[in-house]
Amino acid sequence: MLIFAHSRPGRTAAAQFPAASGSLDDLPATLRRKNAPALPEVSELDVVRHYTRLSQKNFSIDTQFYPLGSCTMKYNPRACNSLAMLPQFLARHPASPDETGQGFLATMFELQEMLKDVTGMAGVSMAPMAGAHGEFAGVAMIRAYHDARGDTARREIIVPDAAHGTNPATATMCGYTVKEIPTDATGSVDLAALRAAVGPHTAGLMLTNPSTLGVFEKTISDIQKIVHDAGGLLYYDGANLNAILGKVRPGDMGFDVIHVNLHKTFSTPHGGGGPGAGPVGVAERLLPFMPIPLVLNENGFYRLATEADLPQSIGRMSANMGNAGVLMRAYIYARLLGSEGMHRVAEYATLNANYLMAKLREAGFDLAFPERRASHEFIVTLKKLKDATGVSAMDFAKRLLDYGYHAPTTYFPMLVPECLLIEPTETESRETIDGFVEAMIKIKHEAETTADLVKGAPYSLPVRRLDDVRAARELDLAYKPAA
Amino acid sequence: MPFIPHTPEDVSAMLGAIGAASIEALFDEIPPALKTGQLKGVPDGMSEMAVARLMQERASQDGFWSSFIGAGVYEHHIPAAVWQITTRGEFYSAYTPYQAEASQGTLQLIYEYQTMMTRLTGLDVSNASLYDGASALAEAALMAVRTHKTSRRVLMPKTVHPIYRRVVDTTVRNQGIELVELDYDAATGLSVLPADPGSFAGLVIPQPNFFGVLEDVHAMTDWAHEQGALAIALVNPTTLAVLEAPGQWGQTGADIAVGEGQPLGAPMASGGPYFGFMCCRQAFVRQMPGRIVGRTVDLDGKQGFALTLQAREQHIRRSKATSNICTNQGLVVTAATQYMALLGPQGLAKVASASHANTVALADQLAAIPGVTRAFASPFFHEVVLKLNDSAKDVLRALRAQGILGGLDISGWYPELGQAILVCVTETKTATDLDHYVQHMERILSKRREAPPCAYKS
Repeated sequence: MLIFAHSRPGRTAAAQFPAASGSLDDLPATLRRKNAPALPEVSELDVVRHYTRLSQKNFSIDTQFYPLGSCTMKYNPRACNSLAMLPQFLARHPASPDETGQGFLATMFELQEMLKDVTGMAGVSMAPMAGAHGEFAGVAMIRAYHDARGDTARREIIVPDAAHGTNPATATMCGYTVKEIPTDATGSVDLAALRAAVGPHTAGLMLTNPSTLGVFEKTISDIQKIVHDAGGLLYYDGANLNAILGKVRPGDMGFDVIHVNLHKTFSTPHGGGGPGAGPVGVAERLLPFMPIPLVLNENGFYRLATEADLPQSIGRMSANMGNAGVLMRAYIYARLLGSEGMHRVAEYATLNANYLMAKLREAGFDLAFPERRASHEFIVTLKKLKDATGVSAMDFAKRLLDYGYHAPTTYFPMLVPECLLIEPTETESRETIDGFVEAMIKIKHEAETTADLVKGAPYSLPVRRLDDVRAARELDLAYKPAA
Repeated sequence: MPFIPHTPEDVSAMLGAIGAASIEALFDEIPPALKTGQLKGVPDGMSEMAVARLMQERASQDGFWSSFIGAGVYEHHIPAAVWQITTRGEFYSAYTPYQAEASQGTLQLIYEYQTMMTRLTGLDVSNASLYDGASALAEAALMAVRTHKTSRRVLMPKTVHPIYRRVVDTTVRNQGIELVELDYDAATGLSVLPADPGSFAGLVIPQPNFFGVLEDVHAMTDWAHEQGALAIALVNPTTLAVLEAPGQWGQTGADIAVGEGQPLGAPMASGGPYFGFMCCRQAFVRQMPGRIVGRTVDLDGKQGFALTLQAREQHIRRSKATSNICTNQGLVVTAATQYMALLGPQGLAKVASASHANTVALADQLAAIPGVTRAFASPFFHEVVLKLNDSAKDVLRALRAQGILGGLDISGWYPELGQAILVCVTETKTATDLDHYVQHMERILSKRREAPPCAYKS
């Protein structure tokens, strides 16, 4: 039932209205609205009950194991939310003078400094509001750097075929053409292909490490040298930073620019698809190009940097200070963890992933890269199962929902057939992982004995499998009551 | 260990199952020379109690202010229910609804949001949201260029928020798109349409504009269409309860409407998270960036919701996607949907009209003070530019000493206006709040006239 079905003319949640409405007689009639917008007319209880019930139709970290590969669905500590929502923080207007926000700005500055340290970069700007937004800032800085040197022939970005779709899409948005390079049989960047791809047109390489295949690029030092020798810069996609937090820093691997997904590694909520935050870190030579605002500390007084401070900046990414409230949550998380806790993130995320991988291998599942160590995630391929039973990775994923587990990422990366990309994260217990393994074994057995059962899943959710084709063909994107 | 449940027994059993000697052994594919030692820039961990105390101290340090700043971000009452329900774990800790069957809550909510936005803007379709108002405007400019095919120019009035213009420039610059600035009339604060604009893909039409002035949106929309370009409405959603919907502008309506969603239930919170909204005509839906939710049916013919038109998006199209955007601002949209449902058409109109009446009252009282004049003679909505015959910076600082944030100094962005402040009042202010502001403004200006700063400097 849609909220609109609860609507009755004249019903209101009147406690929420201002006591007095005002006159609009001074406004020209031609600019006034003729018909009121048809928003729902409902009571406060209608709203509370309707949206509480909707929430109950979601899987979430708070209610289910959510091993969605490459998304780092770990526990979001409640204190990060409640402390970021202290009333004074919420009440502050973003254009308020810096003098009225020293508590807030000190917090932002300290987060900026911590991010520098954990990534090994010379500068950090927290302006970008999501991972892809950070990618845009990063590639725009690469372009600004080459352009400032008059090196304008560099118009190509190299991207491995395993990369997230945002990488090539970002390069296009920055006016670059994209050159894809293949992955070798062990899941690493094909060095020969990289050598052949670089040249005087290379602006940079965008790399995720550990890659989306769940393995660390062992030849990172060679990759770094090949790209730098060709005059290109190295971009680090921080999607998988959780795997190496406190273990190895992108700056030490030779990256020139990076983004960090705070909604992954720093446990800010995913919120049903956002808001995220994608701070960018840069090496020395890209410092002048960072997006604004960033926070400066002038002898204990904190202020936002402007165009006057960074005249070569690529510019602004948002009307204000990025997703400030998300940054607050990341700061609180970082303080709760501290230095030791940062090291433990990668350690236990990696322990859980390798344990889960070992248990699944033992249970007869095929690993995409059986000879490699898992990072914080790994890939199972169901190709043989599909050939034998007709049960696809998607069927398998849907059946997992019936067992009360959110499905792993399916069909990404695209180069592994019938794949499940599985990321347990460090906050899950051994018992939870064991329970998931049992469900995987049961479903495999179901596939081998009663394949149709799996192909028809899920059965226990609010809806059964949805008709995506119809959704795209007969577009129904907004409710229109029958006339 | 904070947020890590493993006991020592777990660790040894798990390592045993893996066949590894230690946790450190799991990192044996990382070249040893690259490994990190201690993180020196991160302090030791703290308990929740200690962090709570630290954050409470910082919050108290920032305190509460009586704010009359608007400029795209507005202080409105937010019903208590909105964020209590929004921060339920089932919304808060869910991801993008890729597994539709396990995400019907988020998906239905977005479908309801899309419906509400189409009704507010009078346009056919809405996406699931973008980052914020400024980035939504940038995406609209890109969309206009994609749609137009021949021109890569977009007309951008100077009456659009200066930072929005900067964000659009940052976003489109590398794609060879030219932003052409349009001047405004000094007496009215209205955008002036150029006599010979040349070919262009879109015209941005702010309503109200950055000065709070109401543009002649009908004439601007028709003019853009006569020139073969798209009309891009940049609107404040609260005002749409009482101002004409973009879909009704001119003869045939605007083509795209974008804006900042913050007034619909998002706290100001030093800048975010907010959300940008985007609506458009049906004909342009395949050019729209961002997530879109559609209603469909399941295997049993039962109604359900799913992400749709994904062929536009980066995870399918990669370098040929309409945008690199991946996330929306889902959680803030969750709040906005409940806000719109709670306020309804009546409540939202009351919020808009009460805010406007308060602004008119304050502007009238302030303009009665010697040395304060309204910058523009035209009708405005819920925000107004006042000229001072004194330093805007100094006057605002003196007001601040009284706990009042008296507005935004826009003299730097618009030097031709002289000393000018942009002042906004919402429904949250009482007559006492307005009196307090007026009395202090009067006192400060008269004191500074009698004893100009230079008189007591030496």
